[in-house]
Amino acid sequence: MNELLVKLSDCVEFGKINLASPYPPQMKGQEGADEITKKALEEGVDPQDILMLGLMPGMERIGVKFRENKVFVPQVLMSAKAMSTALVHLKPYFLSGAARQKGTFIIGTVLGDLHDIGKNLVSMMVEGNGYKVVDLGTDVGSEKFVTAVKDNPEAVVGLSCLLTTTMASMEKITRDIKDAAPGTYVTIGGAPVNQDFCQKIGADHYSPDPQGLVEFLNAKIA
Amino acid sequence: MKKIFQEIQNGKVLVSDGAWGTFLQKKGLKPGECPESWNLSRPDDVYDIARSYIDAGADMIETNSFGGNYFKLKNYGLENQVFELNKLAAEISRRAAGPDHFVLGSVGPTGKLLMMEEVTEDELYQAFKEQSMALEAGGADAIVIETMTDLEEARLAVKAASENTGCEVICTMTFDKILSGEYRTMMGISPTEMVEALIDAGATVVGANCGNGMAEMIGIVKEIRKVNAKIPILIHANAGMPQYCDGETTFPESPADMANRIKEIVEAGANIIGGCCGTTPDHICEVHHAVRIL
Repeated sequence: MNELLVKLSDCVEFGKINLASPYPPQMKGQEGADEITKKALEEGVDPQDILMLGLMPGMERIGVKFRENKVFVPQVLMSAKAMSTALVHLKPYFLSGAARQKGTFIIGTVLGDLHDIGKNLVSMMVEGNGYKVVDLGTDVGSEKFVTAVKDNPEAVVGLSCLLTTTMASMEKITRDIKDAAPGTYVTIGGAPVNQDFCQKIGADHYSPDPQGLVEFLNAKIA
Repeated sequence: MKKIFQEIQNGKVLVSDGAWGTFLQKKGLKPGECPESWNLSRPDDVYDIARSYIDAGADMIETNSFGGNYFKLKNYGLENQVFELNKLAAEISRRAAGPDHFVLGSVGPTGKLLMMEEVTEDELYQAFKEQSMALEAGGADAIVIETMTDLEEARLAVKAASENTGCEVICTMTFDKILSGEYRTMMGISPTEMVEALIDAGATVVGANCGNGMAEMIGIVKEIRKVNAKIPILIHANAGMPQYCDGETTFPESPADMANRIKEIVEAGANIIGGCCGTTPDHICEVHHAVRIL
């Protein structure tokens, strides 16, 4: 495989954004995801390969380390930043159809809840694993979710919450999506929720970490 | 005069209060409604909560100001009322506490990540300064910075409170048990890493809040005591992890469950004990009795 793609996957795994970035210390002074992606495109590497063989393996490795509690939120955020920097260069190819994302994931924090750290983290991890993400923001009610599902009929939906008080809101939104668009997969995540809650409200999948969600999406969409 | 610190130096174990957020909901706070706005619109309900913990035997009560920083209030368009809402919060708790009990001005995280450049260090410092000064103006004896997961944000909050008020400064972080059995915040900070960093920033009391029940807190207290034998430790424990049934969220730990752990957590080195999410005046009453018979 192209050596640049191996380097790119390392940049994503370790959160090396660009040459100027001091993080991580062991990669100081080296080129980051930004320069390497540009270079790969200039050398004529297929943008699809950059996504599938460069960005995704790096994202998967950090996702697994996060699940195993070997790294924490800051490291994942740096990886996500490196990945987003690379994606900026790939965007024109997605738009032109020269490179294809695996599918669409709609995400939002549920009505009544304004917390976005977990939602943003999941959104970036999913995007880095090759999906188009439609981020509806925070405090999102049924209507907005249902509209987004109608606009993206093949999409999987992710509901996020942090507050225990908004768990009821998650149940209502799940049921409203299922009523409006039966067959749509609804996944949930957030500090107060678990597998038992997922079953009770009729959602399709719960994961305590983003990697579990990515694996669910890969199984259902890709 | 650092009175809370002094009482602990004199060997006393103090009892703090229980949950505010879940209590406000029971009184009718709607999801998506700003809890701090009640300091203005429903001060009597806020007073009732504060008073019920005093009546239950707490030595100190918090204030209804957890989300009272500039960034959180901005979500509700209330960013111009930071000083007013926090001062009111402290005044209400002061009135409930009277002269014989302590008031801890509650300060929570901003929800903004420094490392993602969503906010600068100076902006965080200014926000915590404004909030702390308002709480002091309303009569708070101490500032309790809580539910922190990022050490930098916690340090900035402690510095802002200690450099700009005469209040004692308490700081507690929220830890989970990870697969290896160790404790870490969401941002990867361990209890031992936290201790010196917060003391260095000006904290006179450190500890943990929220989390997964009183039993887990015992392990966290032991970790803190490994690196510092003297610093007073405050614990505000959840009544376990929330459970959901028919649209209602309940917490599994009863007042007696909580009280049964008091002896062990005090022996581990905790000096101030209270509750977080899901705890009620009944929990605090039982904790108070358990502390009295130590």
